[in-house]
This record gives sequence, C-alpha cells and structure tokens, in this order.
Amino acid sequence: MQPVIELDNLEVRFGERPILKKLNGSLTGRAIGLLGPNGAGKSTLINTLLGFHQPFSGTARIFGMDIRTQAKSARCQLGYMPENDSFIAGMTGVHFLRLMAELSGLPAEQAMERAHEAFFWVGLGEARYRNLGTYSLGMKQMAKLAQAIVHGPKLLFLDEPTNGLDPPARARMIQLIQEIRDRGDLQLLLSSHLLRDVDECCDEVLILKDGRIAAFCNLEEERRANRKFLELETRGGNGTFTAAIERLGCETACFPNGRMKLVMPEGVEIRQLYALAAEGNVQIRRLNHKRDSLEDIFLKAMEAPNGGV
Amino acid sequence: MAVYKQTYRGYDGPSTPAWSRFLILPRYAFEEKRRSKFFTMFFLVTMLAPLIFALIIYVEHNLSALKMLRAGQGDLIPINAQFFQNLLGWQSMMAFFLAAFVGPGLVSPDLANNALPLYLARPFSRAEYVLGKMSVLLILMSVMTWIPGLLLFVLQGSLEGGAWVAQNLYIARALFFGAWIWILLLSLLSLALSAWVKWKPLAGGLLFGVFFVAAGFAGAINAILRTQWGNLLNLSHLIGAVWGSLFDQPMHRGTGAVFFRVHGEETPIWCCWVALLVISAFCLYLLSRKIRGAEVVR
Repeated sequence: MQPVIELDNLEVRFGERPILKKLNGSLTGRAIGLLGPNGAGKSTLINTLLGFHQPFSGTARIFGMDIRTQAKSARCQLGYMPENDSFIAGMTGVHFLRLMAELSGLPAEQAMERAHEAFFWVGLGEARYRNLGTYSLGMKQMAKLAQAIVHGPKLLFLDEPTNGLDPPARARMIQLIQEIRDRGDLQLLLSSHLLRDVDECCDEVLILKDGRIAAFCNLEEERRANRKFLELETRGGNGTFTAAIERLGCETACFPNGRMKLVMPEGVEIRQLYALAAEGNVQIRRLNHKRDSLEDIFLKAMEAPNGGV
Repeated sequence: MAVYKQTYRGYDGPSTPAWSRFLILPRYAFEEKRRSKFFTMFFLVTMLAPLIFALIIYVEHNLSALKMLRAGQGDLIPINAQFFQNLLGWQSMMAFFLAAFVGPGLVSPDLANNALPLYLARPFSRAEYVLGKMSVLLILMSVMTWIPGLLLFVLQGSLEGGAWVAQNLYIARALFFGAWIWILLLSLLSLALSAWVKWKPLAGGLLFGVFFVAAGFAGAINAILRTQWGNLLNLSHLIGAVWGSLFDQPMHRGTGAVFFRVHGEETPIWCCWVALLVISAFCLYLLSRKIRGAEVVR
C-alpha cells in the first residue's frame, strides 16, 4: 500500500527554535488522527505538509510527492479545513465555494455545480446564497468543510473540525467525516484535542509531544487485538458459572458485586457465554470489550520520557 | 449529478491550465466591483478626459470646425508630446484615486478574515496570489492610462499620416512605459499598504499619506538643508522626472497633472530610477512578509 504521508527526518525551525524534531514515519491509514498537547507541533506539521513552512532539514512526501520540490503537485491532491475562522469577506456561500474550486483548477461550470453539491452535502443547501459573514459558528465550520472537499481532493487535512460546535452539530460533523472515510477514495488527517473525535473517526493515530513522535498506533489493529478481553457484570452468578467459563478455556478474574474480567481463547464466541449463563440461571447485566482506550494510549505516550518513538 | 443526491464524490474531470489561475482573482474582483454604483460612476467619469482629448484631435483635423472657430490647423492646441503628457498626467492622477479606492479592499479583508490559508492550501502560490490581486489594479489602470493614450495616438496618426507617426513614435513608447511605471508603483504600494493595514479606510488614507506627507517631508528637507536630494522621497517628483525624460519634455509647471510637476532643481534621472526601484523592492519585501499561509511566531 502506498503511504499517504512519509516523514523523512523532517525538522522545522522557527528562527533558532526547533518545532518539529527529526520526524520519521510512514502513515498509510484511511483516517489518521493527529494528537498532542498544545504546542506539540500538530498545526506546524499540517502547515509544513501544506507548504506554509519550509523544512529546516529532511523532508516529507505526500503520495510520494516531495513537499520541497513538488509542493504544488502535492497540493493538487489536498483539501484543507483550517482550525480558525477563515472565509472571504463579502461573498455568498456558494460564490465562495465556486472561487475555491476554480482556484483548485476546476473549470467554472464544474466549480459552480460542485459548489452547490458540497453545500447541500454539508447541510447548508438553504443558506448557500447567504453572505458568509452572517453564518453562525457551526455553519462556518460546515462551510469550511465544504470548501475543503469541493474540488474532490485525495487527502483531507482537518484541523480541529469540531471546534466550537454544539453536540448535535458535532455529531453531524463526525458523521460527515465518517461518511467521507468510509467511501474509501479520500484519506483523512484529523488533528484534534478531542480524543473522542479521533477515536470515532480514525484508524491510525500519531501522537506528538514536544515536536517529536511520542506514539504511533494502529487503532484498528488495537481494536482487533483487544477483542478477546471482556468485562462482565453478572447477577446471580456463583462459582459454578465461573468454573463453566474456565472449562471453555477462558482466564478469569473475579471481583465483588458479580464483576469479572476474562480473556477468551481463539474459537470461543460470546454467545457461548450467554448459553452458560442461561444454563446456570445467571443474568449478564453488562458486557464490555475491555481494551486500551485511546486515552490510555495517549496518557502512556505523554508519560514516556523524551517523546518515545 | 443532481444536488438532491447529497453525497460526497471525487472529481476526475478536466482542469484549467495552471498558468491562467491567477486571472480568477481579478474576474471575481470585477464581478464584485461591478455591483458598486460609485465605482461604475467613477470609472465612467475617468473616461471623460480621453473623450475631450479625442475631440480636440478631431477638431484640429476638421477644416469646417476650424473655419467655424476661425483658427488654422495647430493653432488651437498643438498635438505634440506635451499634449499626450498632459493626458497621461491627468489620467494617472485619476488612477491614483482609483488605487486608493480599490487597492485597500484587495488584500486587507483576506488578512482580516484569515483567508490566506484557503488560497495557499491549493495549487496556488503566493506569487500567483499577489499577481492575481495586482492584476485587478493593473487592468483597471491600464484601461484608464496607456490604452486610451495609445488609441488617441493611433487616431492622431491616422488623421496626420505615416510621417507624423514615424517622427513621433517615441511618444507612443513614452506613453506606454511611462504609464506602466506609474501603474506598477501604485499597485505595489497599495497592495503593500493593504497587506500591512487590515482596516480598509486606513489603508486608503495611508496611500494618500505616502504621497502627500512624503512630498511635504521632501520639501522640508530641501528647504532646511538647501538641497535637492529630499526629492527622492517625493514619489510624484520621481515619476514626473522619469516621464520628463521619456517624453523628452521636462515636467515643469503647466505640464501634466498637478501631481507630477517637478518643482525646483531637477534630480539626476538615474537617481530617480534607483529610488523607484528601491521603493518597489521594499513593497515586494513587505508583501513577502505578510502574504503567508501561516504566520510564524519566532
């Protein structure tokens, strides 16, 4: 699989101050999350990939195109939704999107058609002839997403896409991002402070700390690997139920109030647990796949001295 | 695809040539300016002077009109280098007002609304952005200055004959290059000021300030130090001197529009050229500092 983004000893400095410190890595996921505390270098990494900052040393490649020598060709494949409020004054929504599409190289007619489509898709169809200045914060976020995809990019950079959104608007934004991800013809790099956003949308996560890569983790694999760890809460359970589970080959650990943790071996399915519970007249009140949450991964990465990887 | 389908789809259709994309910016700017009644009126008013000049050329070559005015050919207003210099001076003054009106609205709103990352995250460079924004002024000011100037030259040449054209070809050259020097300087200055001052009215005011305050300052230096070198700060003096050399006619009182008259001693022409180049380079430097996808905090 061709890497989406390759980091090759990428170092970025502002004056004498190093911001990104010799980053190396190859990102291949459909949706890559970029996490890190404030000042970790997330936005600088995105800005460098977009060509806004020149690398001090090393380089990065987007779909194999070097950002030092083929920045313009690389940007043909990109869509970018900035973190801050960004729009062009005095324009209606659809006019703004048409301009953005034309600047990306679409002929005027196609640009107009796609501007309308993108506005309808993000749910702003009825507001597309309104001046951008009159949009609410949530609408501006949606308009920013629309301008990022209007030209049909292959890689989308989303910088804090749920910033300032109320819960329904956030849910809508996440749903749109998931929809884009699931189509499979567009890859995502999502930078966020919100672990939940990254967890819901991404299958790979790159954690930055102090300009270094602190952790790189394939969430999809993590989820698969942890599928066999279970947490149960039972009522009416007794030693017989635990012994029956152990006879299936599960390792168990029991806790007060009917709680237990278990590791299921290959070949054992959850419905077998339900069958045993039914036989022993035990109620399974709660069943969770226990895995390292993104929060655990993030906190571990933050605790590691000097970055990590 | 119909909009009701409301789904995301990629794009694999044709693309426009990369070299032509900077022209998208002036197209959108003109669309916006067209909606302004004040701008349309102003632009039409700026066309009055070329019409009057065309009328003068016509009358100068119309025997019945001359007979009616009891004048001979060339007695009314001679059609020579000074005639065209006057036209260029007047139209350039109007171009200055246009730059003060249009220029500040080009870059400052993009900076105030953080729009630059949206432009520059696309296959669109900083140079193309500046060129695109500058084209708005370049096109408008060209329509006001050298294009009517050359049309009048062609009119005069067609009425006067090939010999006049051959003898006065330097006027056409001076009109073209003289106008472009002014247009480029004015465009760079208004864009640079617009990039540094995010508030539109202030940016427009600053353009006036650069011309009038600098001219006053130059005059004060000349008077106090009893020198002529203060003129290097006076943009209208510099342009006037360069035009004088191009038209082979000094821009003294009574020549050209009031903006471009050269008072007192003339500054060596090469110094004027150097000063104009330095000012332009400084404007480009200011633009390169401000036109960035992301601001760097060192």
